[in-house]
Amino acid sequence: MKTGAARVKGVVLQVIVWVIAAVIIVPIAFGVIGGFKDNAQLSENPFGLPSPWVASNYTDILVSENFWRPLFNSTLIALVTTFVTVGVSAMAGYVFARYAFRGREFIFTLFTIGLMFPFAVAILPLFILLRTMGLLNNPLGVILPQAAFGLPVTIIILRSFFRTIPAEVEEAAILDGCTPFGFFWRVLLPMARPALATVSVLAIVASWNNFMLPLVVFNDPSWWTIPIGVRQFQGQYSDDTARVLAYVVLAMVPALGFYAVAERQLIGGLATGATKG
Amino acid sequence: MEVVDRTAPPPAGASPEAGAPTRRHRGGRILTIVLFLLPALVLFGTLVLLPMLLAMYTSLFDWNGFGGRPTDFVGLENFQRLLTDDIFVGDLRRGLLLIVLSLLIQLPLSLGIAMLLNQKLRGRAFYRLLFFVPYVLSEVITGVLFTMVFSPNRGLAGHIAGWFGFHDIGATWLSDPETVMYSLFFVMTWKYFGFHMILYLAGRQSIPNELIEAAQVDGAGSWQAFRHVTLPLLGPTIRISVFLSVIGTIQLFDLVWVLTGGGPLHASETLAVTMFNDGFRRSDVGYASATSIVMLLISLVFALFYQRFIMRRDIEGAVTVMQGKK
Repeated sequence: MKTGAARVKGVVLQVIVWVIAAVIIVPIAFGVIGGFKDNAQLSENPFGLPSPWVASNYTDILVSENFWRPLFNSTLIALVTTFVTVGVSAMAGYVFARYAFRGREFIFTLFTIGLMFPFAVAILPLFILLRTMGLLNNPLGVILPQAAFGLPVTIIILRSFFRTIPAEVEEAAILDGCTPFGFFWRVLLPMARPALATVSVLAIVASWNNFMLPLVVFNDPSWWTIPIGVRQFQGQYSDDTARVLAYVVLAMVPALGFYAVAERQLIGGLATGATKG
Repeated sequence: MEVVDRTAPPPAGASPEAGAPTRRHRGGRILTIVLFLLPALVLFGTLVLLPMLLAMYTSLFDWNGFGGRPTDFVGLENFQRLLTDDIFVGDLRRGLLLIVLSLLIQLPLSLGIAMLLNQKLRGRAFYRLLFFVPYVLSEVITGVLFTMVFSPNRGLAGHIAGWFGFHDIGATWLSDPETVMYSLFFVMTWKYFGFHMILYLAGRQSIPNELIEAAQVDGAGSWQAFRHVTLPLLGPTIRISVFLSVIGTIQLFDLVWVLTGGGPLHASETLAVTMFNDGFRRSDVGYASATSIVMLLISLVFALFYQRFIMRRDIEGAVTVMQGKK
């Protein structure tokens, strides 16, 4: 079947793909390899392999609080944010999907408009509110606003999933003596596991990458998350490129690890979030 | 969270008896609705709606953000000041430039790459994984990495330019007002093209191959088949992708803040960066709120206009959801 023209086309396609792959890999590889050099090597030879290999940039970071604390904070904040976002949204989504009452459409529309609110518009008033509530330098000061801004997309996705569950299931559960809460907790949530996984991935990623909010809430370094840690490290060692590269590379590892493990859910979740939102 | 709890908490409402609903149920029903909606309403009301309203309120005052509440009411003066503010007008111009560049370069590129990865190609699955990697990295990590890539003396970009004979521009990618926006756009494209590629791939996979094959049987070349069959069928996906790209660009902050801080001399500043600087660094909270309200209005007007005139024909969920192994 392979004609000459088809073969040429195949080669051209391969070359194009390689070029794009190089544009992605080269900056990342520059970071990884650069982390193993000292600054003198970086200036003279940004491309080649290190000679000698210097591991101290990486090891210094790995034995310091600089990296592990933000990693722990980011993880904690992402997990609690996700738990609150998904729990609160599931309850609301259940009511929006299964109950008819006056004002339902109005309230639901409020949430959907919330989808269009830029976070930047809220940041100044939020900062002042959190200051008044005494939530600055407190992880709740990041967790609660993140959860609140995560509600619209989560409620929309869960509501449309809950609507696909036949009414007969609920009727049967009620006949068996289930209360509304019992049905929600024992029947609906277990059935909605795929949808819960999707929205959880979205919430984790949003929290993990959030920058503006922790930037203004945490003055205290002991609460910095990874993005703030990276940013501060860059400022602190601005003339030590190799050390900053090493820190950035280490900061990539958790996200890439998560991507490797949950690639399907991540891509599926982002596509769902984008199209439903 | 996933294990079924056998010791369920006490019922929230009247316990239903088997049979037809009775009057006693009505109270239980309302109680259920209220209890289930309350957490979402409280959270959303206090931390989303209230800040939005406060931003509108504050934008009418001259206020430094201290001392309880704003007192110097100035009406729309902050907004008048914006109109004659070079930085703000520049923000609008730069935002528009980024939007135009995205629509003309970034999205077509993503679409082309998606179509490329839809062909029979060795290692296709690997490339799909790889091309999405930049999107997985946070804006901050991407931004810091590229400050190093573009750094004047130890950077990578200068050396690469040197290979092609451009020795003099190696040092000034981010420090020259003439080039900084294009450098920023390059980093934006590097980070976001994978996301749009994934959308287009999902859209393409929802198109039955028979349709395209039928066109080719009828004598259409592959370009014609793409132009007259694939592209129109990808319409809904493209419209969503354009929408997300524009909204994201209007609200761009993290990447700019880390990469250039809006410099040099405001040459790469965006609305969000101006707002942040005015509010948190210069304590001009009323003025910063006015900037943020303009951002909100631009987003809402664009969204309403777009949904009304451009997406009105598209039904919800035009892109098939890729869930697990189906």
